[in-house]
Amino acid sequence: MQAKKRYLILFSAGACLILLFCFGGIQVPLSRRGPTRRDDRSLTGYRSGAQWRRFPGVVQPFSPWDQEESDGYNGHISPRQKRDAITGVYSGKRCRMESCFDFSLCERNGFKVYVYPQQKGEKMSESYQNILSSIEGSRFYTSDPGQACLFVLSLDTLDRDQLSPQYVHNLKAKIQSLPLWNGGKNHIIFNLYSGTWPDYTEDLGFDIGFAMLAKASISTENFRPNFDVSIPLFSKDHPRTGGERGYLKHNSIPPFRKYMLVFKGKRYLTGIGSDTRNALYHVHNSEDVVLLTTCKHGKDWQKHKDARCDKDNAEYDKYDYREMLYNSTFCLVPRGRRLGSFRFLEALQAACVPVMLSNGWELPFSEIINWNTAAVIGDERLLLQIPSTVRSIHQDKILSLRQQTQFLWEAYFNSVERIVLTTLEIIQDRVLQHPSRSSLMWNSLPGGLFTLPQYSTYLGDFPFYYAKLGIKPYSKFTAIIHVVTPLVSQSQPIIKLLVAVAKSQYCAQVIQILWNCDKPLPAKHRWPATSVPVIVIEGESKVMSSRFLPYDTIPTDAVLSLDEDTVLSTTEVDFAFTVWQSFPDRIVGYPARSHFWDSNKERWGYTSKWTNDYSMVLTGAAIYHRYYHYLYTTYLPTSLKTMVDQISNCEDILMNFLVSSVTKLPPIKVTQKKQYKETMMGQTSRASRWADPDHFAQRQTCMNKFASWFGSMPLVHSQMRLDPVLFKDQVSILRKKYRDIERL
Amino acid sequence: MCASGKYSSRGPALIPRMKTRHRIYYITLFSVVLLGLIATGMFQFWPHSIESTADWTLDKRSVHDAPLVRLPVSSPIPERGDLSCRMHTCFDVYRCGYNPKNRIKVYIYPLQRFVDEVGVPISSTGLSREYNDLLSAISDSDFYTDDVTRACLFVPSIDVLNQNSLRIRETAQALAMLPRWDKGMNHLLFNMLPGGPPDYNTALDVPRDRALLAGGGFSTWTYRQGYDVSIPVYSPLSADVELPERQPGPRRYFILSSQTAIHREYRAELERLKEENGEALLLLDKCSNLSQGAASARKRCYKGQVYDYPQILQESSFCVVLRGARLGQAALSDVLQAGCVPVILADSYILPFSEVLDWKRASVVIPEEKLSEMYTILKSIPHRQVEEMQRQARWFWEAYFSSMKAIGLTTLQIINDRIYPYASRTYEQWNNPPVVKWSSVNSPLFLPLIPPRAPGFTAVVLTYDRIESLFRVITEISKVPSLAKLLVVWNNQNKSPPEESLWPKIAVPLKVVRTKENKLSNRFFPYDEIETEAVLAIDDDIIMLTSDELQFGYEVWREFPDRLVGYPGRLHLWDHEMGKWKYESEWTNEVSMVLTGAAFYHKYFNYLYTYKMPGDIKSWVDAHMNCEDIAMNFLVANITGKAPIKVTPRKKFKCPECTAIDGLSLDQTHMVERSECINKFASVFGTMPLKVVEHRADPVLYKDDFPEKLKSFPNIGSL
Repeated sequence: MQAKKRYLILFSAGACLILLFCFGGIQVPLSRRGPTRRDDRSLTGYRSGAQWRRFPGVVQPFSPWDQEESDGYNGHISPRQKRDAITGVYSGKRCRMESCFDFSLCERNGFKVYVYPQQKGEKMSESYQNILSSIEGSRFYTSDPGQACLFVLSLDTLDRDQLSPQYVHNLKAKIQSLPLWNGGKNHIIFNLYSGTWPDYTEDLGFDIGFAMLAKASISTENFRPNFDVSIPLFSKDHPRTGGERGYLKHNSIPPFRKYMLVFKGKRYLTGIGSDTRNALYHVHNSEDVVLLTTCKHGKDWQKHKDARCDKDNAEYDKYDYREMLYNSTFCLVPRGRRLGSFRFLEALQAACVPVMLSNGWELPFSEIINWNTAAVIGDERLLLQIPSTVRSIHQDKILSLRQQTQFLWEAYFNSVERIVLTTLEIIQDRVLQHPSRSSLMWNSLPGGLFTLPQYSTYLGDFPFYYAKLGIKPYSKFTAIIHVVTPLVSQSQPIIKLLVAVAKSQYCAQVIQILWNCDKPLPAKHRWPATSVPVIVIEGESKVMSSRFLPYDTIPTDAVLSLDEDTVLSTTEVDFAFTVWQSFPDRIVGYPARSHFWDSNKERWGYTSKWTNDYSMVLTGAAIYHRYYHYLYTTYLPTSLKTMVDQISNCEDILMNFLVSSVTKLPPIKVTQKKQYKETMMGQTSRASRWADPDHFAQRQTCMNKFASWFGSMPLVHSQMRLDPVLFKDQVSILRKKYRDIERL
Repeated sequence: MCASGKYSSRGPALIPRMKTRHRIYYITLFSVVLLGLIATGMFQFWPHSIESTADWTLDKRSVHDAPLVRLPVSSPIPERGDLSCRMHTCFDVYRCGYNPKNRIKVYIYPLQRFVDEVGVPISSTGLSREYNDLLSAISDSDFYTDDVTRACLFVPSIDVLNQNSLRIRETAQALAMLPRWDKGMNHLLFNMLPGGPPDYNTALDVPRDRALLAGGGFSTWTYRQGYDVSIPVYSPLSADVELPERQPGPRRYFILSSQTAIHREYRAELERLKEENGEALLLLDKCSNLSQGAASARKRCYKGQVYDYPQILQESSFCVVLRGARLGQAALSDVLQAGCVPVILADSYILPFSEVLDWKRASVVIPEEKLSEMYTILKSIPHRQVEEMQRQARWFWEAYFSSMKAIGLTTLQIINDRIYPYASRTYEQWNNPPVVKWSSVNSPLFLPLIPPRAPGFTAVVLTYDRIESLFRVITEISKVPSLAKLLVVWNNQNKSPPEESLWPKIAVPLKVVRTKENKLSNRFFPYDEIETEAVLAIDDDIIMLTSDELQFGYEVWREFPDRLVGYPGRLHLWDHEMGKWKYESEWTNEVSMVLTGAAFYHKYFNYLYTYKMPGDIKSWVDAHMNCEDIAMNFLVANITGKAPIKVTPRKKFKCPECTAIDGLSLDQTHMVERSECINKFASVFGTMPLKVVEHRADPVLYKDDFPEKLKSFPNIGSL
């Protein structure tokens, strides 16, 4: 018993000690870290390493109102004079729009660009030729210098490397002799290469005065924010228009490719910018990080040859650049002699996420593009960390980086025209200031070139941002009926059509009739009485394009476009509209057509035959977003619109080209094919334009004209159509919401 | 302590049947444990009481206790800020190092009082309340480190918020005396009121070597893009006045000008605008009859009528923020707080945090020269946009302007984003107010890609033991032209799959993966064996789908690679009587889900289902052995904001004769269970992500009067 007792006491004592030790033990390190430090401070007050603590009460606010400011300020010179004084002070390297640009030139005629006439005997590189013709083909072009807001030289300034064969001599004198030069005010100078061996400065070799620079490889040091534009370095083979699509075809999961990080390029043994490329071999592991350099360049590379050269050169020849480009997740873009290199655009197109290693390079179009969403901005000083950095990037992020490279490539880089237009649009945004694009418009589909802020600055007015804003399009539509034949009888199809459309529950306040007929307007009472008001607009010029004018009388997001002879029931209208609400950026409608490549004639063909796919939905019975009216009217060149007006044909094809080039997706056909056009021909005495045999041939011609202006074929085929869920199902018709749609 | 045994007379009563001796032991034991607990409890609380006393002494501590540092006249003066400084030239990135959290470490110098040789302080105010708040906020944040050797960024405790209270030369000398100054490398200064009369420079005049400047009121000529940070001028009213958020919408006034220090030329211009447009404009000035001071700051007057400031700002749609002598105005903060859209007239001004904030969505910037056109310009802005801007303005204030803490931490976050650009916050994170973040979607497969047909799809068949049926499915699917691979997920751990020789011979590779547990979620695992983007999930009893039907489904998926493309569609409905969601099956005119008994989808969604499914949905599905398809529909709809695509007329998978066997009661329990799933998932997602549509996809020539053999998909199946 005694023993037991002792054991018990011993046990309790032990338990007690353990308990104490446990809690105390936890306490010890805690107090060592936390309280002790605070204790120290409370003793000595402000020892270095002490945590900052709030000093309560005793301090005063830093300056609620600057009273002296108002008085001092009012006594000072007038702000108007101050504004004028700026011009003299901030010029040259400190130029900004406020100080070096004359806004008044742009006020009268808007943003118009003048290109100097080309002088005889003046040599010009192909690239510069492409730049100039892109401007001349754009909607900004004016041939009248008196109307111009921006001036572009016809002297080739692209290559300012004195050792280059493209170098234009005596540029300084030639420019000074230009009568409109005006010290370079409102001029923009394009440049790809500046400076030469050995230091490659960014000097152009002539005084640019007040002119803006659109320059490749520009450094942050020389870049004048919101004045210059950084453009990408592009090769002389870069297509003028159209441009190749990105190489990404799949979003494979997991998104990793064979290589993690690759580079293949020249290594400059000495001189400016050689450090980074010379150090690349440290990171190369010849497995998934493959960074290859060659010393071979120029004539006398052997002279500077270092110990690594032979080894590097051998390794370099083992790999194929293209193969690496397509099979790598990341592509290194290190600086060369100059800050930018061709690798950048190559990687972008190949959907190989660029890893920038070029400190101080103002990235292309940095003013508008958020490069963090499409590239990894590295630091040359941290080269050795690059592999671990790219490995740490989450696969979701890789997926989005990669898709963004493709979007940016196609939106701003894939042709000279896009690069030039982007440059001009950036400047236009600065000039107009109030109607200008927000960052979201530039950095999300379909990109800034298709998003015109003059239409609206509100994102919700465009068909592209509903999901991003978490909103829905307005749930009504406005119908526009295009009329070319006079109203003679009440049995004409247009009367039926009007009644049917007006009955739709989604029809907004207005049905608009566009009277493009030569005969005078019929009396008001001739139109049927409808529950919604009918507006009749007399087309001024009676041309085809007027059906796509951005009328102010369209209060809704959706437009239902109709021909006068369209046969459509209320149910069909309703159904098409509910479908459109799911696809607000596409054309949704009934009559579908298809295009094909005619390899015999080597041109595009157009067909209205029964096909298993389609790529166009004609605007005789289609719903689309109101914005496309604006885009059709302002974005498309006058040449195409005039062509459409002259032949009174193809406007629907052009609309399909436009929308598909924006969305890169096919339109959407709803329900079964209807042969209403054909049936109509028998009914109307006057031959409709569809009966004209030339009509079809013209449409073929149109297709090819349009494709050449767009630079490629934007139309995309679809193999499916959308029907009501219970369409033609063997179930009681009473169950079906859109039962009338099944009657052909 | 442990040995001190206590027992009271009540002891025996508690343990009556024990012998005394035993009682003693037990009581001893009991008291020992009790004491032990008390002791530990005391130790637990002991340090806390130390801390609180420490706090108390701190409260008593004042700025005047800070050590005094005398600056010799000859003390070195830093160079003026270098305008060409950029992160890659003037910032030592090695100090930040590589760290997995991608977060910079910020050190704050301890407070010192600097005086010149004759003992005059370098600043008339010393440490201001605002700067004190700012430093406290940094020290409470994740950025803070007290280890000077680990720091990447250094913040001096010398307050330079207001240049007017500073002695420029001495302040500069004080900065240079900081122990880690090193030419200002990696030092960050906060300044809100730069310059002084008469010229009012737009950046702090204190020479500061290479130090970064977080400044209010930068102009484009002093701001070093990508190096400095433009910050707002803090308005003290933010802390004093509480303005409840107002719903965006039209307000009583269209334009309001409430600033007091407006140049008379501009005031004249505003008066002219008021004459032209009358009541729509409200033009306020300071009240002449009120004495100067804090009270006058809260009142504004127009022709003798007194208005409360800043409350009056909430009564206007647009509020003018004109430059004063300085570009940055504290009024901007008040205006944003009131949810009024700022109309900023300050040429060359770098807007606060413009590096990350999209001001075009929250403000209107008008050149000073166009002040007279302000009314016309503002009138051209669509109403819906004004409302969005009002909401955006208020959100900017809440997130980035409302306190010194917000301003300070935003500045640090911006610098952090520069140092770790690959881990930076996104445009959406910076700019979308919570309500938009909640309702908007950013589809992870956002690029409009129609993948080529060639790679085909991988069919994933989940099976347990229905071998005969499985083999039939395999034979049927193998006829689909675009099938690239067949993957059988063998979910039966007790039984091995049949021998290789017994499997049907098909033209494409057939792989069997055996799972460790019989879970439904195994069907959605992103197996490495799936090498195609497109996955066809198919049950081992789906034999009724025709080859055309499946091929067509694949073609439709190619046009909608970010959606679920399936056959029978299902619908969710709100049951008003029960006040909850209900599951609806066949014969509806609408569709919001497709069954994954046979559905095409992107492999990415397998990855999402397995690793990113919110809440406990995954385990819930596995436990209930049901609703994995509903979960998948929720997941996809939630991340893409899009409805699934139902293809072909197919309404159910069961053959008509099977329904009779199933029986009505079984069907009903099934429906109840499925409804329960919808309610459960909706509560986990916190919203109902499913989208309802009224269409299905058919081949272009479906049911058209056209020779069947010329159609691509003649045999599209039945109901």
